[in-house]
Amino acid sequence: MPISLQEVEHIAALARLELTDCEKERYTQQLSAILDHVAQMQKLDTSAIQPMAGVFMAENLLRADESRTGLSPEILLSTSAQKDKSQFKIPPVFE
Amino acid sequence: MKLFDLSLSETHALLKKGEISSRELTQAMLDRISSLDASLHAFLYVDAASALAQADKADKRRKAEPTSENPLLGIPLAVKDVLTISGMPCTCGSRILEGYMPPYTATVVKRLEDAGMVILGKTNTDEFAMGSSTENSAYGVTHNPWDLACVPGGSSGGSAAAVAARLVPAALGTDTGGSVRQPASFCGVTGLKPTYGRVSRYGLIAYGSSLDSCGVLGRSADDVASVFSAMAGHDPLDATSQTVPLDNIKFNDGQDLHGVRIGVPKEYFIKGIQAEVEALVQAAISVLQGRGAQIREVSLPHTEYALPVYYLIAPAEASANLARYDGIRFGPRVDGENMLDMFTRTRGGKFGDEVRRRIMLGTYALSSGYYDAYYGQAQKVRTLIKRDFEQVFQEVDAVACPVAPTTAFRIGAHGDDPLAMYLEDIFTLPANLAGVPGLAFPVGFDGVGLPVGMQLMGSHFAEASLLKIVHAYQQATTWHQYMPNLG
Repeated sequence: MPISLQEVEHIAALARLELTDCEKERYTQQLSAILDHVAQMQKLDTSAIQPMAGVFMAENLLRADESRTGLSPEILLSTSAQKDKSQFKIPPVFE
Repeated sequence: MKLFDLSLSETHALLKKGEISSRELTQAMLDRISSLDASLHAFLYVDAASALAQADKADKRRKAEPTSENPLLGIPLAVKDVLTISGMPCTCGSRILEGYMPPYTATVVKRLEDAGMVILGKTNTDEFAMGSSTENSAYGVTHNPWDLACVPGGSSGGSAAAVAARLVPAALGTDTGGSVRQPASFCGVTGLKPTYGRVSRYGLIAYGSSLDSCGVLGRSADDVASVFSAMAGHDPLDATSQTVPLDNIKFNDGQDLHGVRIGVPKEYFIKGIQAEVEALVQAAISVLQGRGAQIREVSLPHTEYALPVYYLIAPAEASANLARYDGIRFGPRVDGENMLDMFTRTRGGKFGDEVRRRIMLGTYALSSGYYDAYYGQAQKVRTLIKRDFEQVFQEVDAVACPVAPTTAFRIGAHGDDPLAMYLEDIFTLPANLAGVPGLAFPVGFDGVGLPVGMQLMGSHFAEASLLKIVHAYQQATTWHQYMPNLG
């Protein structure tokens, strides 16, 4: 199998996804099947090929350094689940 | 007179003469949605009051501009629920954005609002545009109007179904791996995926940023062209939007295709395609030939690698784009004992199966030790795929091929087999990888009455040429005029 249960657990942790044991097993099987299929791409010799990060790659696009009105704090906070005055409220970052 | 089954130019003529008002037209569409959408579930959100207010505004504007030739003034539009509209919820078909009200409107929507279109509401989508059937929506599947037991395709299934059922004359969709063209094909409507960068992505909630393209579905190439012309073009708010000027798309009726060279890529006519799909696509190619087009066989040699390349690049980009859904700034939150718990429970609990699968695939492809073999290699093979197209467009003006290997499949047909679902996309993925435009249009029906579509792909920025070819086809045929019998 191209991918193991332990690797799936590691990836789920990296991706901040809590999964049940049943889900971990199912994804191990499904991701293995998918990775088996995508492996066929490995056989192409791409040693002389440039990677393509995007369709049209532009140089740094800059605008004049002039301030513009953005969205107000009220509007930005309006979409949040928990807030306190003008701040997003979150669990403590440090123990 | 069936108001809901008129072309945009017929509707414009009636509005201009004052025989109907935008309010009447909008009300007719809203009534049709009320009576039919319960069985289709094409819409996730309809705002009748807002729509009628917009219609009234359009009617006022028309009184002030009685000679206006603007074909979009007062015309209803539906918007796929991955594009933001201020004041309307935007879910992306996901529970992680349940209740989210975007504070800004997408550029494409703003341009169409400025043109006077009347936004009726948001249409159903696979979650975060990941899927080929709309079955991955967390808010229920949309049913194909031609056979309610079948999928409408995806991920823009809601938009395709809405246009097919004539609930709305045009709808916006998005196409990252085929999500405008494939549902257009499954629902028997015309759908355009523009060149990457042709239409602004500002306000298009990102899935795969180097692949996403905002497109339009409508009843014909004519109608699609009108909407496309108003929405496309450079936007300083989208750093990937291109400055190439838009062609003024003028259809010449009685247009023939002499001088147009169409390539038929042998790699797209493989074993396993449904026989009727192949036969109808070949028949359509003969019609184009009959109008004067030169048909020749061409080759896009790296076609078979499009699937592995896409299913590494798209999930990799998605894993980065979806990292922002953490329960803090938008959407619901699942509380945890600490920060990490909050993240993993919110994301694990609120993202659906396919989204989690692709996030994991992408995270894996980008992770240390695997990056070069998977993501790095995929980026290089992507270059080869793009080159295939650049080379072929030196010999021909457009490439003609099927959109999907089959017609619409039954809801649930792919069960728990993600790879089988991915294989539905083999003919649409290459256009997104190369960034070229693709236009899907109906070419007939299979033995059980399900629509068959085909697509034309063109070189970068050649949308006008594709639209003209399909317009010529639609002058010679009537497939695009059929609508399902919904009672």
